[in-house]
Amino acid sequence: MTAVATPSPTRTDTLPMTRLIAVELRKLADTRAGLWLLIIIGLVTAGTSAIQLGWADDESQTFAAFYTFGLLPSAVLLPVLGILSVTSEWSQRTVLSTFTLVPARGRVLMAKLAAGTLIAIAATATTAVLAALANLIAGPLGGDASWSLDSSLIWQSLLLQVIFVLMGIGFGALLLNTPLAIVIYFALPTVWTVLGGAISGLRTASEWLDLNATSQAMTEPDMTGGEWSRLAVSAAVWVALPLLLGAIRVLRREVS
Amino acid sequence: MITVENLTRTYGAHRAVDDVSFTCEPGTVTGFLGPNGAGKSTTLRMICGLTPPTSGRSTVCGVPYRQLGNPGRRVGVLLDASAQHAGRTGRETLALAAMTMGLDAGRVPERLAQVGLDKTAAKRRVRAYSLGMRQRLGLAYAMLGDPAVLILDEPANGLDPEGIFWMRGLLRDFADRGGTVLLSSHLLREVEAVADQLVVIGQGRILAQGDKDDLLSTAGTVARATDPAALEALLDRMGVTSSRSADGGFLVPTDAQTLAQAAAGAGVVLLELRPAGSGGLEEMFLRLTATTGLEEISR
Repeated sequence: MTAVATPSPTRTDTLPMTRLIAVELRKLADTRAGLWLLIIIGLVTAGTSAIQLGWADDESQTFAAFYTFGLLPSAVLLPVLGILSVTSEWSQRTVLSTFTLVPARGRVLMAKLAAGTLIAIAATATTAVLAALANLIAGPLGGDASWSLDSSLIWQSLLLQVIFVLMGIGFGALLLNTPLAIVIYFALPTVWTVLGGAISGLRTASEWLDLNATSQAMTEPDMTGGEWSRLAVSAAVWVALPLLLGAIRVLRREVS
Repeated sequence: MITVENLTRTYGAHRAVDDVSFTCEPGTVTGFLGPNGAGKSTTLRMICGLTPPTSGRSTVCGVPYRQLGNPGRRVGVLLDASAQHAGRTGRETLALAAMTMGLDAGRVPERLAQVGLDKTAAKRRVRAYSLGMRQRLGLAYAMLGDPAVLILDEPANGLDPEGIFWMRGLLRDFADRGGTVLLSSHLLREVEAVADQLVVIGQGRILAQGDKDDLLSTAGTVARATDPAALEALLDRMGVTSSRSADGGFLVPTDAQTLAQAAAGAGVVLLELRPAGSGGLEEMFLRLTATTGLEEISR
């Protein structure tokens, strides 16, 4: 061990992005809260298939049905993992060590977004595998067991999962407080949906700005151009804006 | 090597850190002393790039902290031992750090053992750790990347006397091998045994700094006389500000010879005349910081 006193251009040994993403992925699962959240998502997803196998009509036991219903648990719970990945750093005060090891806070946030995207992709793929298994079981039990699934539905459902996880990370970064971020994440869009439905003057606005409504189109095959633009506008408000404001907050906030 | 130049941080009208400058050389341990709320932690956070300074600058290994590409390999930082995820195990905490720095996680068990955390402790979650165990984990975390510089905020907090003794040995050894150590404390006794250099801060300003031995020797002279009132009158005539202790002795900021000659000239009979030593430094420290401490409590 030597004390190096000479100034050197240390910019060259910058931490590679792939490594930061791997670290953030690991952080999602290495705490009790994160691990159990992932286990519960897996169990409930398997549960959706079991429910359909046991109680759904024979003709509606198809791969497409298993798959779309199976995506529900991760669509609801993965954003919570996204919220936790940001807020737990501040509530557990691990930002102190995170930002002393990686002073470029923007890169840490980018790594969290990448890790969230990867976990959403992994959850969608796992759901597809579970749905396939359920469909294999459905055949012998007298179900329809048809494999037809419109390819547009695969990409649309994948995008939907990613949008919700990124929205969670955005709300987490904006609020930097776990309970507050979780409550606001679930309550605010719902309140807006209710208001948009009840107040006639808000109808046009809610057509464009209600993510619950605009994302509904993603569960049907072959979205139209109009549906895509409404989704883009609502995602800009509910995902891009919180992410932008949250990033500014994380970059500026004093760590103590 | 740590260089701090005119660091200032204000929160509204409050100057938490006010024009602080000092350097820490390789091979030395610098004790950063001050009462709670004096600005020690804010200064350390500014050095580590966590708090933006209002003005001034600081460098570690010759560059601003945030420009160190992989800081963990150059600087070991322990700012708050409690700032670890309660739901992670001790081993996982270090493994994540090793992964971030691009190091083989194989070194983790050995590093935990070095700070006295055995296999059972390594598998437990940080939630179950005592403050002393967290300090040990924090030290292992700071030293994981084999850095040349250590920045530690109150590392002795929560350690038992044996733990404090062990930590002193660790830091002394680190400095003797050419490392630079900056550690803060609100207790003079705690850093006195290990530090070569002292920086004393109060109300955000540096009150004294320099070589520990120099500071000890310039801490003044203790004098006691048969007639304390006569000695006090003499000191007033000499124009020196002295402080009187409970046992009738005076702490005088002059050397022994000057005082002895003045006393002989004035016919004051001295019973005791000796360098104040570390007791004097402590008295100076308490005097310099006493007002700050009271303000902090009432704030």
